[in-house]
Amino acid sequence: MEAFALMLSASVNAGTVLALAALGLLVNERAGVVNLGAEGMMLTGGLAAYATALHHASGLAFAAGAGAGAGLAALFGVLVVGLGTNQYATGLALTLFGSGFTAFAGEGLVDKQLPDLPRPLIPALLDVPFLGHALLGYHPLVYVAAALAAGLGWFLFRSRLGLVVRAAGESPSSAHALGLPVQRVRFAAVVFGGALCGLAGAYVSIVYAHLWVEGLTAGKGWIALALTTFATWRPARVLLGAYLFGGVTMLQFHLQGRGVDIESHLLGMSPYVATILVLVLISRNRAWVRVNMPASLGKAFRPDN
Amino acid sequence: MPYTRAWKFLRSAAGVLAICALIGCKKEAPAEPAPAPSATPPPQPAAPPALKVAFAYVGPVGDAGWTFAHDKARKAVEAEFGARVATSFVENVPEAADAERVLRDMVAQGNKLIFGTTFGYMEPMLRVAADGKDVKFEHATGYKTAANLRTYDSRTYEGAYMAGVVAGGMTKSHVLGVVASIPIPEVIRNIDSFTLGAQSVDPKVETRVVWVNKWFDPPKEAEGAQALINDGADVLMQNTDSSAVLQTAEKAGKYGFGWDSDMSKYGPHAHLGSAVIDWSPYYKKAVKDVLDGNWKTEQTWWGVKEGAIDLVSLSAAVPDAVKQKLDGVKKGLKDGTFVIWKGPVMDQSGKTLLKAGETADDKFLHGINFYVKGVKGKPPAGK
Repeated sequence: MEAFALMLSASVNAGTVLALAALGLLVNERAGVVNLGAEGMMLTGGLAAYATALHHASGLAFAAGAGAGAGLAALFGVLVVGLGTNQYATGLALTLFGSGFTAFAGEGLVDKQLPDLPRPLIPALLDVPFLGHALLGYHPLVYVAAALAAGLGWFLFRSRLGLVVRAAGESPSSAHALGLPVQRVRFAAVVFGGALCGLAGAYVSIVYAHLWVEGLTAGKGWIALALTTFATWRPARVLLGAYLFGGVTMLQFHLQGRGVDIESHLLGMSPYVATILVLVLISRNRAWVRVNMPASLGKAFRPDN
Repeated sequence: MPYTRAWKFLRSAAGVLAICALIGCKKEAPAEPAPAPSATPPPQPAAPPALKVAFAYVGPVGDAGWTFAHDKARKAVEAEFGARVATSFVENVPEAADAERVLRDMVAQGNKLIFGTTFGYMEPMLRVAADGKDVKFEHATGYKTAANLRTYDSRTYEGAYMAGVVAGGMTKSHVLGVVASIPIPEVIRNIDSFTLGAQSVDPKVETRVVWVNKWFDPPKEAEGAQALINDGADVLMQNTDSSAVLQTAEKAGKYGFGWDSDMSKYGPHAHLGSAVIDWSPYYKKAVKDVLDGNWKTEQTWWGVKEGAIDLVSLSAAVPDAVKQKLDGVKKGLKDGTFVIWKGPVMDQSGKTLLKAGETADDKFLHGINFYVKGVKGKPPAGK
């Protein structure tokens, strides 16, 4: 039973990286902006957080990570929302820039060691049988990610401001005709997405891998991007998909460690296959996908024409 | 926003920025004295032109592991030969078609000695060597040679064995974990040697292995390590390129090792020792061979004896008895009185592979594709 709790906790920890980033991306995609710069923002956030954590409290480091992600996203926002550049090309440039820049700027941090180990919210709770590992003993950010999924579900579909965000992604010209500030909403959504990607990067460098090396996130930003699509832009499904991905990732390592005779390449593929399969199955209703996909996703909007 | 000239300008500026970002990311970092191919060489009377030496790395020099170790040796070459050599490197060269392009570029830039530092460059190096007859090629961990292409490698399994001796002395659960990278004989040989080393101290140990199928993927390495710890392993080893496994052991209060480079600072409590490779003796020899005109095709496999492999920064937590045993092994490897792969060695099914007293030759070692008794699971097939 305790082994199962450990496995569960490892899955949730692994899934939280994806959940944080994908929830952020979900918001800016709901507002009609695709940001392929996720990986670049995660790396930048991870590096900023790591550099800060070397000398300051981890709370400040997470803020630095989120801030760095938001800053990069703001640059993206100026180009894409303000100037109407192609979202895909600009996003790719952002990822390329982020990975190159962090490799360059982070070179001196590779052999630096963080002063403290990441701690759960209340370490004593880890001693509670089963629930200690399965539910109570996580790092605070894990709970933040779960709360964000619930909060965003409410925000996007139950609040007026959420309706405005979705309107900017569905039909920006109608929203504009109604007098809504489409450009500002889109820009704010992009910055919010960047902040969460930066936070996800900070989670990787400070909590999850607890180190900085070049290319630390190793493609997690791309998986988060795919996750938003397969989860049909619904926050709860994003969270579910992220945990599922984390769970199958850990499961396949457990199977390998126990000597199960399946080719490790096949096992390594299993998280991707399982996550896509499950999310495609629950989203197999085409009307559902159509309803949820922001109709103006990826399209630039200029209020004057 | 009206479509004004200012707006047009801004938009093109954005495009330029995006393109700059694209180019800026290529990261072909030339080393200190930039080896720019200049049309008018500065007049340097008497002194012969510096030998241009290029290195192709599979990972980033900042990986704190494999590539870091190679780059350290490159710097040692610069320090040793000074103005007689001019080195440069390209990092993050994928083990696919890109490798050939980078290698050809190195030839075109006038490099006369080129090091390829990963197994996957074998075929590209063969092809480029066939076209660049006046250039000498050095390929790490490969097995194919040509008139101007030779191979070099380090007996990393000696480091793995020494780490195993320490692991066997430290484990309480009798379960060891290895995070493995790509299923090639070298890695399987290291898993086996680690296990043999541990068994020499604690015959009951069992080694569990997870493959991440990557040389460098810190989050994945950490996940694999976590799975092994969750399943009861209390001493971890890795044949991957980052320090993520050691850091995961540190977080979980278990033990681990450094691999390729000294990683003691990454796990103040967890770190038991680092199995390091020092490529500099060989790199100095190779450069000297070319400078002296003595370079000829051969296959080099250096270990503890030649100063290429060592287990360093041993933790204070290691008991004296284990330390002494380790010193004995190291001394034996150095003077050739101790052989790691010496019978009886059995595979998992109990089949005898080396009879009592029989020692393995290099051909046997190169072909290891089986787990020894004590390793759980099966090695990935087809290799």
